[in-house]
Amino acid sequence: MFVIKCPYCGDRDQTEFSCHGEAHIARPENPETLTDEEWGEYLFIRSNKKGIHYERWTHDHGCRRWFNVMRDTVSDEILVTYKMGEEKPKS
Amino acid sequence: MSNQNRIYKGGRVDRDQAINFKFNGKEYVGYQGDTLASALLANDVHLIGRSFKYHRPRGILTSGSEEPNALVQLGLGARTEPNMRATEIEIYEGLEASSQNCWPSVNFDIGSINNFLSRVFPAGFYYKTFMWPPSLWLFYEHFIRKAAGLGVAPTAKNPDRYEQKFHYCDILVVGGGASGLMSALAAGRSGCDVLLIDEKPEPGGYLRNISAKIDNLNSNDWINDILKELESYDNVTILNRTAVMGYYDYNYLTALQKVTNHLPYLSDKMPRERYWRIRAKKVILAQGAFERPLVFSGNDRPGIMLASAARTYLNQFGVLPGKSVILFTNNDHAYGTAIDFANKGAKVTIVDNREDIPSELSDRCNKVKIKIYPSHSIINTYGYQKVKKVEIQKVDQNNNELTGSLREIECDLVLMSGGWNPSVQLFSQSRGKLKYQSKLNSFIPNNLIKNQKVVGCNNGDFNLLKVLKNSYQVGLEFASELGKSANKSLEIETAFEDLEFTEAKVEPYMIGKKKVTHGSKHFVDFQHDVTAADIFLAQREGYISVEHTKRYTTTGMGTDQGKTSNVNALALMSHIHDKPVDNIGHTTFRPPYSPQTIGAIAGRNVDHLFDPERKTAIHQWHVDNGAEFEDVGQWKRPYFFPQKNENIQDAVNRECRAVRNGLGILDASTLGKIDLQGPDVAKFLNLIYTNAWSKLEVGSCRYGLMCNEHGMVFDDGVTSRISENRYHMTTTTGGAARVMSWLEEFLQTEWLDMEVFCTSVTEQWTVLSISGPNSREFLSSLTDIDISKEAFPFMKMKEGKVCGVDARIFRISFTGELSFEINVPSRYGLFVWNEFMKHGKKYDITPYGTESMHVLRAEKGFIIVGQDTDGSVTPKDMNMDWIVSKKKDDFLGKRSFSRSDTIRTDRKQLVGLLVNDKKTVLPEGSYVVDEAKPRPPMDMIGHVSSSYYSPTCDHPIALALIKNGLNRMGDVVKIPLMSGKVIDATITDSIFYDKEGARNNE
Repeated sequence: MFVIKCPYCGDRDQTEFSCHGEAHIARPENPETLTDEEWGEYLFIRSNKKGIHYERWTHDHGCRRWFNVMRDTVSDEILVTYKMGEEKPKS
Repeated sequence: MSNQNRIYKGGRVDRDQAINFKFNGKEYVGYQGDTLASALLANDVHLIGRSFKYHRPRGILTSGSEEPNALVQLGLGARTEPNMRATEIEIYEGLEASSQNCWPSVNFDIGSINNFLSRVFPAGFYYKTFMWPPSLWLFYEHFIRKAAGLGVAPTAKNPDRYEQKFHYCDILVVGGGASGLMSALAAGRSGCDVLLIDEKPEPGGYLRNISAKIDNLNSNDWINDILKELESYDNVTILNRTAVMGYYDYNYLTALQKVTNHLPYLSDKMPRERYWRIRAKKVILAQGAFERPLVFSGNDRPGIMLASAARTYLNQFGVLPGKSVILFTNNDHAYGTAIDFANKGAKVTIVDNREDIPSELSDRCNKVKIKIYPSHSIINTYGYQKVKKVEIQKVDQNNNELTGSLREIECDLVLMSGGWNPSVQLFSQSRGKLKYQSKLNSFIPNNLIKNQKVVGCNNGDFNLLKVLKNSYQVGLEFASELGKSANKSLEIETAFEDLEFTEAKVEPYMIGKKKVTHGSKHFVDFQHDVTAADIFLAQREGYISVEHTKRYTTTGMGTDQGKTSNVNALALMSHIHDKPVDNIGHTTFRPPYSPQTIGAIAGRNVDHLFDPERKTAIHQWHVDNGAEFEDVGQWKRPYFFPQKNENIQDAVNRECRAVRNGLGILDASTLGKIDLQGPDVAKFLNLIYTNAWSKLEVGSCRYGLMCNEHGMVFDDGVTSRISENRYHMTTTTGGAARVMSWLEEFLQTEWLDMEVFCTSVTEQWTVLSISGPNSREFLSSLTDIDISKEAFPFMKMKEGKVCGVDARIFRISFTGELSFEINVPSRYGLFVWNEFMKHGKKYDITPYGTESMHVLRAEKGFIIVGQDTDGSVTPKDMNMDWIVSKKKDDFLGKRSFSRSDTIRTDRKQLVGLLVNDKKTVLPEGSYVVDEAKPRPPMDMIGHVSSSYYSPTCDHPIALALIKNGLNRMGDVVKIPLMSGKVIDATITDSIFYDKEGARNNE
């Protein structure tokens, strides 16, 4: 059970949040120009990293804002949290 | 005779407070401060229960939560609890407990025949015997389940209350023994918020049971002084009778506090148990260690217990469980118990596995007339319901074999001590890694996680003075990391235990030197009846991984999770494979640390508090008028309104006819409503919905379908433009929260530059939907809005007053009839409803529920997302291609409509079904096939998604998703029912009534 630092509210218990999978997968600008394979890649393929992983969380029972989290999937430690639109921190 | 084993004085029981209790129906007397185990031992009751597999008589092995044997059924009726450890139950007036796993009685148990059949019940017996043929497993299982399990679960509802508490602290100290007290003291003196948790009724730990001296104070007085100081600090909280059960990431721990379990009554002001969820900045584990049994033939009989436990019964409870005592040991420390027993008048013999006994020990034993057999081993025991004799033999240390003649010694108590295992369960749960320490022949904590320390015996440190000082130091260090410091240092000069647990040779296990053969009874895991022979067998059969051995033999899988057995099992494996224990590894410890009630985990989240109930502003009216309710998500919605003796079908027929022919009213307040504001709403809706929104005028409404990126229908509803930059979106009742999150997700993560603000307004508006040919005439007298056909056409909205209340009226329809949806602020909802009912009398206004709503919409072929769709259905599959824009460059789901799978023409498509017999209402969910066979499997071509009797059409109607259905109009398909009957039905259009849609344009 994490303590997660919401970039807007500060440290809060994990029960206030929910996780929404891998971050930094931008929706393609022009989906119509993509091949089925490329579109399938966007929809389904995720990196499933061992080690540093970037993921999206929301503070559902708080400010309801979305933000990004950098987590080590081996130690299960949250290393950085940052706002949407901010550059992804180096690992 | 009562309390015949109680010594005259000493211990911490109050001899002036007698307590009456019953065990197996017989009355006994104990004292205030007794556990059930100590009180039974005081009354010379050693036989407590029967073992799991062989039904062997079992007694009391330990004095704490690690007890594998003395499990009892506690309490009666709805409050009865199985598998309660007699060693932990504090007795109270009127307590009733009984033995488990025996019939007809613990003294004469039919199941003990298994003991003599043990040669046919080896490890893996069930796996080997009941596997074939697979078809008979269900038959076998019935009997196996009956034979398995120890106690009996209550069948009545639990009458007790359980509470939960969240707690945040600077430093959590787990364990209130010598080391835990020291760490808590240092942290408490530094001003940290400290939570000290101890399993027992009072902290103090093992120091309470031995004669230790700390700076000339005896250990009990010294502990009491420390406790007094701790209790004087406001920043220190001490929880007794509380066990930490789980240790999770980021120092999140759960603990179970037994609040009133030890009392004869349960107060309605106090919960029975309280479940703590603790978040600590720092955690100090000070849980101590468990004494290890020795593995020898017949080591499980009643009257055989751990040396430390016997010492606890003697010194803490004033009970001498036996007068003719044999101590079997491989270390110095247990000699303290022997000497204590001799001092209290018992005849004591020591059988020591080692050759060289330190002279200090033998001198002290001589003084109290204790006879020592060095280099000897117990090789067998006798006595059915209680041990009465042991056989010992000399051990040849050079080749590790037995020599010389057998010697028999009579006794009434056998104590064993195989060394100590640090209690590493919680540490291991926290992902700490263990290492094997050969000096102890056990595992100790190795790599600590962040903000965690382990102190005292828990860390493998057994020198009292060192432990006290180190533990205090650890408390200070953690305090200083939190920016706090103590103004007092620890001033302890000397601390002596009468006998230290030294680095004497500690053998990990003893197989009694009597050869382990098939069926021999050297018990390793007492609770699961796993013997050394079982461990040998598992290795022979190839289950050599520690995880495999565990599962094959079930060692360590009892409710005690192998607290007394795991290390012995690993040591045996190491012996068999001739490999160091390090290379054998160990199994993983998991929560809970000891058995816990489900009630405490549920807390108050039971019955009507299990899930929030949402009620509309009209709810009480519905209740008063006899509505039957249906749960839709968390909402309570009227299902139908039966009158007099009507059944559901009668009521629904009446309600539907009222809507089609007169005037019906529906409480539609539960519909999800989202207020959208901002200059970019139209642009946003264009991306969210499949159809076009840029040209929607102020005051107009439009139906929209939302798809996910896979192109599958996800929600639907009507959205209206209230003003230039303000829209009112409606969603399905169950999908409201999901849609809101969906909108926010894209606004916050993809289209950050769009200016759109979403606010949930579901509960701000009460929605009264009036429907039927009379609705315009009825409403016109109650509103100042011109609602004439010309001024207020279909799919428009207007604002004005209704019954004097500010309202929004939407001319939209879910029944196909002329309808108005009137939204008023919820605080006026019931008022307007009552006005409607009053003024509607002359139109015979008829309230209708969700069932009629479903029938009416199905007659019109309107879908319900989630009923007629299931997450694998595209708009095209719904025959709703008309709502998918061909002009828009992009919207959510668009790209997926051209995937190879979604463009298939033989996908399941929504069609109507009419049964050929004109009377059968098909069960929803029925399979549709082309060819019916006598029994499954059959080739399924689809399923029935909605099915009702239609009062309007006067025959049943159904919607179904059928492969290639849109190209099969007029085909006859078959629907096999559960009863075996097969119904024929014809595929039709999905609109059954008013195909032109003329009625809602009236």
